[in-house]
Amino acid sequence: MESHEQQFLILNEPMIVAAMISIVVGALSLVIGVTYFKKWGYLWREWITTVDHKKIGVMYILVALVMLFRGGVDALLMRGQTAMPENGLLDAQHYNEIFTTHGVIMILFMAMPFIIGLMNVVTPLQIGARDVAFPRLNSVSFWLFAVGAGLFNISFIIGGSPDAGWSAYFPLASLEFSPTVGNNYYAISLQIAGLGTLMTGINFLVTILKMRAPGMTLMKMPMFTWSILITNVIIVFAFPVLTVALALMTMDRQFGTKFFAMQDGGMDMLWANLFWVWGHPEVYIVILPAFGIYSEIISTFARKNLYGYKSMVVSMVAISLLSFVVWAHHFYTMGHGVMVNSVFSITTMLIAVPTGVKIFNWLLTLHKGKISFTTPMLYSLAFIPIFTIGGVTGVMLAMASADYQYHNTMFLVAHFHYVLIPGTVFAVIAGFHFWFPKVFGFRLNEKLGKLAFWFITISFNVAFFPLFILGLNGMTRRMYTYSESTGYGPLNMLSFVGAVGLGIGFIILVYNLYWSIRYSPRDETGDPWDARSLEWATHGPVPFYNFARIPQVNELDAFWHAKKHNKQLWSGPIEKIHMPSNSGMPFLMSGAFFAAGFCLVFSWWIPTIIFTILIFVFMALRSFEQDHGYYVSVEEVERIERELGGDK
Amino acid sequence: MMKQLFPKQHVMGFVFSMVLSVVALAVLVFDMSYKMGMAILLVTAIAQALVQLLLFMHIGESEDKKTLYTNIIYALFVGVVTILGTLFTMIWGYQML
Repeated sequence: MESHEQQFLILNEPMIVAAMISIVVGALSLVIGVTYFKKWGYLWREWITTVDHKKIGVMYILVALVMLFRGGVDALLMRGQTAMPENGLLDAQHYNEIFTTHGVIMILFMAMPFIIGLMNVVTPLQIGARDVAFPRLNSVSFWLFAVGAGLFNISFIIGGSPDAGWSAYFPLASLEFSPTVGNNYYAISLQIAGLGTLMTGINFLVTILKMRAPGMTLMKMPMFTWSILITNVIIVFAFPVLTVALALMTMDRQFGTKFFAMQDGGMDMLWANLFWVWGHPEVYIVILPAFGIYSEIISTFARKNLYGYKSMVVSMVAISLLSFVVWAHHFYTMGHGVMVNSVFSITTMLIAVPTGVKIFNWLLTLHKGKISFTTPMLYSLAFIPIFTIGGVTGVMLAMASADYQYHNTMFLVAHFHYVLIPGTVFAVIAGFHFWFPKVFGFRLNEKLGKLAFWFITISFNVAFFPLFILGLNGMTRRMYTYSESTGYGPLNMLSFVGAVGLGIGFIILVYNLYWSIRYSPRDETGDPWDARSLEWATHGPVPFYNFARIPQVNELDAFWHAKKHNKQLWSGPIEKIHMPSNSGMPFLMSGAFFAAGFCLVFSWWIPTIIFTILIFVFMALRSFEQDHGYYVSVEEVERIERELGGDK
Repeated sequence: MMKQLFPKQHVMGFVFSMVLSVVALAVLVFDMSYKMGMAILLVTAIAQALVQLLLFMHIGESEDKKTLYTNIIYALFVGVVTILGTLFTMIWGYQML
């Protein structure tokens, strides 16, 4: 829209103005509340400057939940707009902005941080470590991600949101066709958040390879840790491609280069190519940890060893390699020849093999197990059939010739929601319920949890199954309205009903959080689920040093064996514990990143340069800083252990 | 005594890398076809990288050489797939119907 170009604040859209006012009111009340209750010092000392992996994980998940709300509202608006033929809830431009933000937020600012949050909380505990390998870097990762998310989110009130889809294909995303600053926001906020993710990848790779408890060989690691290891390998190798692609995009849009231009030797399709070279591994970055979470939950609540541990590991490694050789299936119809499409068809279908192995392993883990139907287990059980529908439709899409019919239709939209929602969203919710008592010392209410589960699962199918049919009937994705004669109306209305149901399900989930914080009985054991891996061996809530004494591991599921055979996981006296000290620098440096990024979006060069120099000043300060952490004395550890209810 | 003190490996590595550099330089000095030149450069570059990694950076002698090798092989896999794959989808296989 023309009017969006010149505007700094978006004031011509009542819905956005209302959102703006509510954000200002919300932010003000937050500031006033924190000041009134005198919590600034607490926030700064305990959260903003923390390097504790558990607290960083909690903050990741908190941001992810807020982003889930934001992305969810976007989704409801889209479904509301398409619920009826020729509906006027949103105009075309606003609709474009909303599906773009929905996609980016749900993948990069909801699924990713939720998974990274769980991985932060759980991985060091599962391998018997006291923190990650580089605790300060971990804090930098989080704050970079947070400012990236913040930068992306303010776009809709300041300057206008990106509107070229979450994949931001050129030439549509070029300056010529997207003249607003929206796609600058896209490139720069993803760049900043991506830096954080890359650091997380390196950090956890080193943590898992170097900091496992004595005796825990790679093949004795819990399956979740394995999945995180593989995920981080993919992060480290895939994210640099995104970094480069986004840098080229920024240069094209702001410095007039022609990398993705259609003339002067540029190649517009190269963007799609680079985007999916990163984008397809990214899909596995969000799905593999989910597989890990399900493996933990299913074996815990079936009271059995995970069936086929080795084949699980092998299939994950196979998936990680295959994930790098399938990207062109995202643009079969772009114009390459039969040879290219055949090769990528075959590699894509190959991925179904290791994934199928995993599905069978879960089924065989359940076979003859003593299954207890807890909330996390319900999500895991629902995952298997629903995800299989998503997977099978994926194989349909994988056939290049058939894809000419499906591509860019609602069939595709239904397919990837059928993979991502039961795959990733159910997994993180299941993991959230499962590990919640470990972090906070009490379980979420089971009754409310199950109610939310049924709402979410049923509504999910009501919302997305009609889209398969709509797609086959010819409704394309990303169309903001349609005429009544197309006959798309009734199924879209059904889908809207499902979307509202999903919204209600998530409200119940949040209400459950509130209810449980107030009324849920406190768990004293640290192991409320009678679970298997090391994180349950310590107290819940976990003391900041995780383990008073580092456990000795002799087999897979060492904690389970220790419980069964009444063995001790640790021996020897408590020694003083070396811990990393907190620092405000990651927060401040990320603030400089935010300021530099914001100025860069609007091409304000001088402030951009000043803030960029500030970033380097922080880095220089860090390299001159002498910080060897601190020691927790034996008396202090013993006192905390006594308070938490005895030696562990 | 002298034998132990003499850094045989390093000297050998140094000689190797010098020879490889001279061979690579030959591409500039002598007149040859583009393909021939590129082939020589590719081979000497790979050999040079190996010499550096094995003889100077002692990749085979550290405790975690398995990790390092796995890492390098994985990186090569991803790099080669990305570059050749992009050429394959964007140029060689583009609209060759």
